[in-house]
Amino acid sequence: MIKIKRFDRKKEPNSVTMEYPITEGLNLLALFYKLKSTLDPSLSFTGVCRSGVCGSCSVMVNGKPTLACSYTPKSGDLIEPLDYHPVKRDLIVDKTKALHTLNQAQTWIHKTNNIPRDTQNLHRIERQSNCILCSSCFASCPVMAVNSDFLGPFALTRALRYTTDSLELQPLDTLTAIQQNGVWDCTLCGECTAVCPQGIDPKMDIMNMRSKSVQNGFDDPTLANMSFGFDFTQGF
Amino acid sequence: MTTDVLIIGSGGAGLSAALSAKEQGADVIVACKSLPNNAQTCMAQGGINASFDINEIDTHISDTLRSSHGLGSEQMTRTMCENSAIAIEWLASIGVPFSLDEKDNLAKRFMGGASQKRTYYAQDYTGLKILHTLYDNCLKNGVIFKNERLLLNLIVQDKTVQGATFLDITTGEIEAIYAKSVVIATGGYSTVYHGFTTNGIGSTGDGIASIIRAGGVASDLEFVQFHPTALKKSSILVSEAARGEGGYLVNSEGERFVNELAPRDEVARAITREINNGKGVFLDLRHLRREKLTELLPQEMKLCRLHEGIDMATELIPIKPAAHYTMGGIEVNDSLETRDIKGCFAVGECSNAHVHGANRLGGNSLLEIIALGRMAGINASKFEPKTTAKNQEQLLKDKHFISGVYNFTNQINFYEKREFLGKILYHNAGVIRNEIGLKGVLAAVRQMQKEFTFMGISDKSKDNNTNLVEFIEFGNTLEVVEMLLVGALHRTESRGAHYREDFNSENETFRSHSMFWKEDGVLCASFEEAK
Repeated sequence: MIKIKRFDRKKEPNSVTMEYPITEGLNLLALFYKLKSTLDPSLSFTGVCRSGVCGSCSVMVNGKPTLACSYTPKSGDLIEPLDYHPVKRDLIVDKTKALHTLNQAQTWIHKTNNIPRDTQNLHRIERQSNCILCSSCFASCPVMAVNSDFLGPFALTRALRYTTDSLELQPLDTLTAIQQNGVWDCTLCGECTAVCPQGIDPKMDIMNMRSKSVQNGFDDPTLANMSFGFDFTQGF
Repeated sequence: MTTDVLIIGSGGAGLSAALSAKEQGADVIVACKSLPNNAQTCMAQGGINASFDINEIDTHISDTLRSSHGLGSEQMTRTMCENSAIAIEWLASIGVPFSLDEKDNLAKRFMGGASQKRTYYAQDYTGLKILHTLYDNCLKNGVIFKNERLLLNLIVQDKTVQGATFLDITTGEIEAIYAKSVVIATGGYSTVYHGFTTNGIGSTGDGIASIIRAGGVASDLEFVQFHPTALKKSSILVSEAARGEGGYLVNSEGERFVNELAPRDEVARAITREINNGKGVFLDLRHLRREKLTELLPQEMKLCRLHEGIDMATELIPIKPAAHYTMGGIEVNDSLETRDIKGCFAVGECSNAHVHGANRLGGNSLLEIIALGRMAGINASKFEPKTTAKNQEQLLKDKHFISGVYNFTNQINFYEKREFLGKILYHNAGVIRNEIGLKGVLAAVRQMQKEFTFMGISDKSKDNNTNLVEFIEFGNTLEVVEMLLVGALHRTESRGAHYREDFNSENETFRSHSMFWKEDGVLCASFEEAK
């Protein structure tokens, strides 16, 4: 049996955890579909491609963001909706705010260079452009608990992908957009990297974005806030 | 809600149309039934065809027409191929990270049926990277997205489109979006073969069903391409690369029975014959050894382990052919405008622009959605309706219908019917067809249409009701399948992907398109000679 945390804002109580039988040989998304069509048509979830590329079926499995279509359920598993996303119903969450971070970070090419990329430049953006926007990294990020305006890992990875792209003539636009509630707010805990189903490393991307920011004249606020007990302005 | 151009569907075709309409200065709304990137486009791995000089274009056209078995339009195929270089250059310029060769030029490879290397790719994620780059550019250009809107019906008056009605899945409200023109880009209908398709769960032909209900025309729906190697239990695709690298197909007696590198439809038929004779069919990659498999087919190894519990380095992989791509769709003219409904355009897998004919050439589907997608956006933005009337009647009708659905008796479980339909369709209207089988399924479908009001939903919630969404999709499935079956039944020949064992050769009198429309709610069909 697995446990699914269900939510319906119109019911009282609006959240209950229910147990469901596992079917041998089915991944978690296939199991959801089987439960919905045979046991409980009101069970609500999302899932489209069934093969790990559309990014629509991520849920929390035992507290860890996971693509349902790529996970084999085990007895005792607890399935919940993604953290840090408003829950609409059962496992369906509202991704509007998470996706809006792409607008805020302006993750696109602002002005195109007419000189094509070379292989070296391509290799620096290939992995980042494998992102499927499943929001698993967003749901794993502890910064969200203290700063809900934080841009989050996938927007920052995408920011790196575009500011590194040799096609982009105006990388400063994106760099400027990610200074506030962006690169400097990350704690570098690496949770995002651990949960990415595409093997992307947002933590490393964020560290690279920090270097890039400093190289482009932005201040590192983490240094300004650092105090070693000396006041350098007074001299010794 | 009102806009200039309403685009329904957010796959590669819809987003290309959105961007080109926006470039023309039009206000654009994209309405999609899930989220923008949850489209079939992201599953396209192989690549996108493009031809750069006159010789390349001519060979591209002749390869495409050969594959179409007499049903491809030379004019439209030429339009698509001539625009292919511009399409790929445009994609590259907006940021798609195409793979490069050793000289830093765009890398290209062969795909089945091609007499030249012309397929450009972005690793094994061509569709994914194209789709996401298009999405990023839509955000940049201020395209408005209305997510989680299920298309119900087109709003049509005096044979001119005025917009469409939608179920807002989040709130459960029925709403109308009015527009000067509409682009339908809702994808194909492979998912009518429920349980026997490589497609995602949403390819239920919603746009095609809506055009038929609105008085438009669909065509060639009997042409469905089956991929030979899908995993037996889950129908997840095992890429053609597995056979390209030297994989064997064997039956349960361990015998090889077909040249593995023959065209897709031939291989699919050979496999189906084995299965129909009671044998299992397996893909055998064991002789390639673990090291090589890990390097060459890492994705496939992972999928086999996950979905079938199989280690392909030591075990046989059970497979079956599965519905993969649908050539038929909404009948459009050379401007991609739908027949009999002005101001309404259709593009991508939901449409029949006569570029694939009876079988699609690999690498042309991504090309179609980009090259023709852009064309659809431009043509839609230029359309000027004679009036800006906003007919409220459709909205009222649809509100009435949806509230009616909540009162359907739900004495018959439509999920059971959906599963049953997928199974009988696959076995009787799939890779190999014959008259008796097709007639049997058609009778079953017409029975289900009669029983529709005895089906219904057991989840009575208004908001976020995916039970309701799936029920409406099933209604669309029944509309589309009826046409598919009528076409397959009346096409008493074998051509491209349509194979009749009782009429197993091509017949020149059928070098024509099957056409479908409704009169007073009754399905009509005829054949129209191919140009």
